Amino acid sequence: MNSLVQKYSKSSTAHDDDVLGVHGKWDASLDLAFPTFDIPGAQNPLSFLRNVTDEASSDYKIKIQHGTTTLAFKFQGGIIVAVDSRATMGNYIGSQTVKKVIEINPYLLGTMAGGAADCSYWERELGRRCRLYELTNKERISVAAASKLLANLVLPYKGMGLSMGTMVTGWDKSGPNLYYVDSDGSRIKGDLFSVGSGSTFAYGVLDSGYRNDLTVEEALELGKRSIFHAAHRDAMSGGSVNLYHIHEEGWTYHGNHDVAALFWEYQDLKAEERAAAVGKQ
Amino acid sequence: MNFLDSPLSKPAPYVVAPIEHRFDPYEDNGGTSVAIAGEDFCVVASDTRQSNGYMINSRYAPKAYKMSSTAVLSCNGFHADGVTLKKVLEQRMKMYKYSHDKDMSVTALAQMLSNTLYQRRFFPYYAFCLLGGVDADGKGAVYCYDSVGSFERENYRTSGSASALIQPFLDNQVGRKNQQNASTAPLTLEAVLRITKDAFTSATERDIHTGDNLQIFVITRDGVEEQNFPLKKD
Repeated sequence: MNSLVQKYSKSSTAHDDDVLGVHGKWDASLDLAFPTFDIPGAQNPLSFLRNVTDEASSDYKIKIQHGTTTLAFKFQGGIIVAVDSRATMGNYIGSQTVKKVIEINPYLLGTMAGGAADCSYWERELGRRCRLYELTNKERISVAAASKLLANLVLPYKGMGLSMGTMVTGWDKSGPNLYYVDSDGSRIKGDLFSVGSGSTFAYGVLDSGYRNDLTVEEALELGKRSIFHAAHRDAMSGGSVNLYHIHEEGWTYHGNHDVAALFWEYQDLKAEERAAAVGKQ
Repeated sequence: MNFLDSPLSKPAPYVVAPIEHRFDPYEDNGGTSVAIAGEDFCVVASDTRQSNGYMINSRYAPKAYKMSSTAVLSCNGFHADGVTLKKVLEQRMKMYKYSHDKDMSVTALAQMLSNTLYQRRFFPYYAFCLLGGVDADGKGAVYCYDSVGSFERENYRTSGSASALIQPFLDNQVGRKNQQNASTAPLTLEAVLRITKDAFTSATERDIHTGDNLQIFVITRDGVEEQNFPLKKD
């Protein structure tokens, strides 16, 4: 009897010596969803990567899509997230229809600035980990924890060329929360952020119109206008504005607004204001 | 005395000096691809010229590959990286089939391609991919990628050496951008094939890396059908 037990228990643990996993079952969750990264066999892998991905380099071959203007701010009614939709690859407009707000889950949003692939890959991975957290703890993850998860996920790759400037926002037990996380290791809690090459223009409009007691309507309009002006002045931003509002029940999408159409809309508004001013005199 | 110790066998001083080891694994093989999604079909077309600088290596070196009965992949950039990528994807598709006992949908393949590209984030495949096919609902789908896996589902897209020439044409003719009173009716297969051929004949006139032959894949829920169309060979 003992010999029988020994025989079968041994066979069941036979896979333990299968270090290379040759006989083992292939596990998609290990092999595909979270890959390890291949490194070039060059003398200096980092300078190699920099050399082929830098737009100013003569060996610039690996054109990576870059994202551009994003903003998010807290106010009395929750959080507004607004982004543009242009991706540039050097001087070429790679796309005018990029989704720069990444819907991590129904109550968490992430934004995309910097390398498009870096943001979408790591925020997808963040989404997976948030779901696993939810299943193990029977409770939704806080925005603070989620943003720290993302920061810790990319920190080991610091200095290796990742480019990610993101805002993680959402509503949790403590209310609305907004964090800025980037690939250099920063993780900052705040009330108002704008990230990307058009951020200076967006900040200009945003700061001049920002108050905490804004209504939801006013806040959405302020976010939209800030992105519009950034898209107008910054050549690397454009396309359309995507608007989101985060409230107690999660996020709500507030539409895609073409910048070309917004330009004429705001031009008409200006003309109306001017006419009203003349009428008053 | 050992041979190596003899003063005659010592390497000359200039050999001892540091040598520059340049790691230059990429080459631009040119070529262009177009993918257009219709209501219930998808067209993926690639020219078959393979070049390196001013040298034409081959007039028939296809760079679009049938991946399944509902998906076609085209890889522009470095031909060898495209071939490798296709090989890796085929391996992973097989593993998927063995563990799930079903073929991969285009949607699943699209996400896997992104992950496969991102796995080489620090040593990218020099491949700009287009993935065309019909999804589980039978609708035409086009997925467009950058070299490290950023992707987006679109209705039409071109990539490769003449992409800057063709994309504005597709924006106008397929996306009906900047047109007044344009029809919004979906394009028929005949119209899509006509636009595709026109795009390539025109691009061949202005791009030295595009020409020779056009390989066209038409993907419907019944499978993949291949056509060939001659382009100028100069």
